[in-house]
Amino acid sequence: MSNGRAFWLFVGPFAIGLLVFVYVPIGWSLLLSFFDARNTVTPTEFVGLRNYADMLTDQPFLSSLGTFSVFAAFIVPLTFVLALALALLVNQISFMQAFFRSVFFLPTACSYVVASLVWKLSIFNGVRFGLANTVLGWFGAEPVAWTVSTSPPWYWLVLVTLRLWLQLGFYMILFIAGLQRIPQHLYEAAWIDGARPGWQTLRYITLPQLRTTSVAVVLLLLVAAYQAFDEFYNVLGTDRGYPPFARPPLIYLYYTALGSGGQDFGHGSAGAVILTLLIAGVTLLQGRVITR
Amino acid sequence: MISRRRLLSLAGASALLAACGSNTGRGGSGQALKQWYHAYGEPGVQQAVERYASSYPKTQVDVQWNPGDYDSKLATSLLSDGGPDVFESTPQISSVRAGQLVPLDDVFGDARNDFSESILATHTVDGKIYGVPQAVDMQMLFYRKSFLAQAGVQPPSTVDELIDAARRLTRDGVKGLFAGNDGGGGVLGGPALWSAGLDYVRDHQVGFDDPLAAQAIGKLRELYTSGGLLLGAVKDWAEPDAFNQGLVAMQWTGLWAVPAVQKALGDDFGVLPFPKLTGSGRPSVPVGAFGAMVNAKSKRVDEAKEFVRWLWIERTDYQEDFNLGYGFHIPPRKSIAEKASKLTTGAAADAVKFVRDNAKASNPPDWTSVMRTAFNDAVSRVVRDGAPADAEMKGAAGKVRDELKRLYG
Repeated sequence: MSNGRAFWLFVGPFAIGLLVFVYVPIGWSLLLSFFDARNTVTPTEFVGLRNYADMLTDQPFLSSLGTFSVFAAFIVPLTFVLALALALLVNQISFMQAFFRSVFFLPTACSYVVASLVWKLSIFNGVRFGLANTVLGWFGAEPVAWTVSTSPPWYWLVLVTLRLWLQLGFYMILFIAGLQRIPQHLYEAAWIDGARPGWQTLRYITLPQLRTTSVAVVLLLLVAAYQAFDEFYNVLGTDRGYPPFARPPLIYLYYTALGSGGQDFGHGSAGAVILTLLIAGVTLLQGRVITR
Repeated sequence: MISRRRLLSLAGASALLAACGSNTGRGGSGQALKQWYHAYGEPGVQQAVERYASSYPKTQVDVQWNPGDYDSKLATSLLSDGGPDVFESTPQISSVRAGQLVPLDDVFGDARNDFSESILATHTVDGKIYGVPQAVDMQMLFYRKSFLAQAGVQPPSTVDELIDAARRLTRDGVKGLFAGNDGGGGVLGGPALWSAGLDYVRDHQVGFDDPLAAQAIGKLRELYTSGGLLLGAVKDWAEPDAFNQGLVAMQWTGLWAVPAVQKALGDDFGVLPFPKLTGSGRPSVPVGAFGAMVNAKSKRVDEAKEFVRWLWIERTDYQEDFNLGYGFHIPPRKSIAEKASKLTTGAAADAVKFVRDNAKASNPPDWTSVMRTAFNDAVSRVVRDGAPADAEMKGAAGKVRDELKRLYG
C-alpha cells in the first residue's frame, strides 16, 4: 500500500467527520446569520447585517456577555492558581503520588449533567434536609435557598464550586506534565548558584519554564468560561426557561435559536458569530500579554 | 505519569460512551405512517397508544415514543424531511407561518361543536385549526385542609389572602406555599396577570400594557419576600412531592397530580383556582391541551389526516381511554367529559368546574418564545431581584409589541 493511500485511509474518516459535523455547520451558521431564518434552515430572505445590529443592541444578550466576561475574569485566575498549586503539591510528594494524581483527576471523568444534579438536588437543595442546610442547621442557621436566592447570589457559590470540582483535576494534569518536562539540572544549577528552594526557584525557574503550558491552560480556561452551558443549564434552568441571572451567552442563544415556540436561526447564528469573535479577541489579547 | 496517548484514549472512550446514549435510530418499513408522542409519565400510556395505532385498519402506523426534550426534538425534525407524519403538540404561530402544519378544519366534521370552544381556540391560528385536541391539562392550587384548620386560615379567595395565608401557615418547619423552585415567577406570572383581568396578548395587542400589571406582578414579589415560600425543593412544582411530604401547606401543581395526592393524603386536601387580585379581577386556572397535528412536509398528508380523523374524532372510545384510563385529564369533547365518572367527585370535579368557569390558555399560539422570554425575564427580575415592577412590565410590553408588529404588521 502506498503512503498516500495509507494516509487517507487513516485520516480520511476523521477528516470527513470534521468536515460534515464541524466545518459545514460553521459555514452554514455564518450563512444563516445574514438571513431571516425563522423556523427554517434554508432561508430565502437576505437581511444583510440586520441580525448583527439586532444582537448588538439586544440588552439580554449584551448583559450575558458582560456577566460572563466578569465570570471569566474571576474563574480563570482562580482555577489557574488552584490547579497550579495542586500540581506543585502532587508533583512534590514521593509517597502515593499516582493515587493522589488519580483522585484529583477523577472528577474530570464525571458527567457535567450528573454532577449538576448532585449539586442541585442533594448538596445545595433548599429544603431543611439538604446537605449544606443540614450543616447550617448544626449552627442554628435558617435553611438557605441556594439556587434561588439572588441577594446574596448564592447560586454563584453552587456554580463555582461545581466548576472547580469538575475542572481542577484536568488542568492539574496539564501542569504536572509541564512540571515534569522541566530539566532537573536547571534546579541543580540554581541551587549551586545559591537560589533557595521555594519562592525563588518557583519565581525564576518553574514559572518561566511553564510558560507554554500556562498559555495553553489560560486559553482553554477562557474558552471554557465563555462556553459555559451544561452546569448552568442543569442547575438554574427549569421547565419554565432560564432566569435572567447568570445566563451564559450560549444558553441565551440556545433559547433564541431552538426555543419552543419560535426557532430563530438568523439571530442565533449572528449571536454565535459575535461570541466567537469575542472569544478569539480575548484569546489573542491574553496570548500577547502572557508571552510578552 | 499519564502519557499523552493514554489521556487521549481516555477522552476517546468517554466520547464513544457519550455517543451511545443518543442512539435514536430505529427500524420500520417505509410504508408506515410515523406518529410521535412525548413520553407520558403515567404507566400504560405507551402501550395504549401503540394499541390504538395497530388497530388502524387502513395502513400501518409506527408509534415513536420520545423521552427527554420533546419540543426541541420535534421542532428540529420538522425542519428536515425525516420528521413524523403525525405528532402531538400545541400549534405555535411561528410554525404555522413557516408552513410546517396542515390545517385540519375539514377533519372535524359534525364533531366540531362537541369540542370545548376554549380548547379549540388554543389550536386556532389566523382562523384555521391546526390540532385535534387530545387531552386537557390544567394547573391549580392544592391546600392541606388540616394545616389550614390548625392555623385558623380560610382557603384564600384574593391574592392578598393568599400571601397572608402563606405567611401564617409557615411554622414548625412547614412552609406556606410551594410554587416552583424559581420562586413562583415561572408558573404564576400568567395567573397574576389574569387575577387583575389582564392577559398575555389580546386581539393582537399587548394584553398587560396597564398599570395594574405592575401591581399584580408586585404581589408575586410580596409573596416571595413574605418568607412563606418553599424554595429549592428536590422535585419541582409539577410533582406533588413537597405537598405530599408535608413540607408545605399549599402547592401550585396540576390536575395530573390528583391521584398521587389522594393516595398520600386521602381526603385531607382541597383545590382552588389562582385567586383574583381585586374586585374587578377574576380567579383563573391555566389550561392547555396537546393536539394531534399533521406535518406539512409529510409525503402522505391525506392519509395522515384520515388517520387523525379516525383516531381522535371517530374512535371516541379511545379518547375516553386515553384521558381517563391512566392519569387524570379532561376529555376535550363535551360528550365524553360529561360521561366521565372519575371527574364527578372531589378535587377532580372542582377542577372540571374551574376549567369551565376560569380557564385561561397557558400557552396561546401567538405567545412566542421571544415574548415569553421578555415577560419571564421581567417577572423574574421583579420577583427575585426586587426590580421596579412598572418599569419592568413596560419594558416587556415594548418587546411584545415589537414582536406582535412583526407578526401582524
